[in-house]
Amino acid sequence: MKLKQLEGLLGSLEQFSNPKIELEQYPTGSHIASRMLYTAENSFGDVKNKVVADFGCGCGTLGLAAALLGADHVIGLDIDAQSLEIACENADELELDMEFVQCDIKNLTWKGQIIDTVVMNPPFGTRRKGADMDFLSVALKVASEAVYSLHKTTTRDHVRRAALRDCNASSAEVLCELRYDVPQLYKFHKKKEVDIAVDLWRFVPKKKQ
Amino acid sequence: MRLLTHNMLSSNIKGVTNGFPLRIEVEKVVEKQVDFNPNFLKNMFSKIDYKALLEASRIMGYAELPDHADPSSLESDDFLRRFHHALLQLHLEEGSLVCPETGRKFPVNKGIPNMLLHEDEV
Repeated sequence: MKLKQLEGLLGSLEQFSNPKIELEQYPTGSHIASRMLYTAENSFGDVKNKVVADFGCGCGTLGLAAALLGADHVIGLDIDAQSLEIACENADELELDMEFVQCDIKNLTWKGQIIDTVVMNPPFGTRRKGADMDFLSVALKVASEAVYSLHKTTTRDHVRRAALRDCNASSAEVLCELRYDVPQLYKFHKKKEVDIAVDLWRFVPKKKQ
Repeated sequence: MRLLTHNMLSSNIKGVTNGFPLRIEVEKVVEKQVDFNPNFLKNMFSKIDYKALLEASRIMGYAELPDHADPSSLESDDFLRRFHHALLQLHLEEGSLVCPETGRKFPVNKGIPNMLLHEDEV
């Protein structure tokens, strides 16, 4: 599938109808989502025929992108039932198989080493400090091949240090810098739309016993 | 919920030391067609817990998986097709997942297990 096609399909997905600020719910735009998964597949072969988990999947954009690129089993995890409902509808709309589990990422325990790749657009930790690192830490425990994640460019040094020192990563690489369009979603947003710089990261977990 | 997903989930209640596998209580099972991909199945076989899959598939009303399987079973197309069906095509649509240690039930509605914990379980 071409990048343009992928972006087009993702652009048709339903997004949050009543976003919840305490969960830092922001839609992952089709521009970013398509580039993220396209890179994961075409540069690293981390998607096709793999088991992929989408952490904090929201409306399912990243997981569905993985399914479109040929992942064999995709699981979306989110704490919010309403988001999962929209994600299910999105999967039906695209006639894709995607599994969903309602859970709190930081309390998650997984059995075995079934998941190859984790993709996520985690909360950036602006509402609850450390939320982004909680996600990353669990992702690196669960994934056996790679973790793709978005983090604010302003936190680059911190993310690299924490990933390598505290989160079990054997490597942490910024693949590119992207513009994340933040639409005027919440009351405290003064401007109509802003874009912030985010890094697309690829982390490799240390090999497990 | 596919049984492949069930094979990864474990009870995460505070104090529980062996929360796997979750016992399945069935209200409704559905079957969905999935493309047959032998390479994926062979790869999965080495990663999953076969006994948990076997028991889960029987509870879901599918009795065609053999009691024992090892890597040599993967040479049989017949086995692969049964394994494919059990792992990917059977879905728990409505029911519960029960913690083997505490008996706490995690409900499954519209195919989505709710693994959220109460405050005193974290």
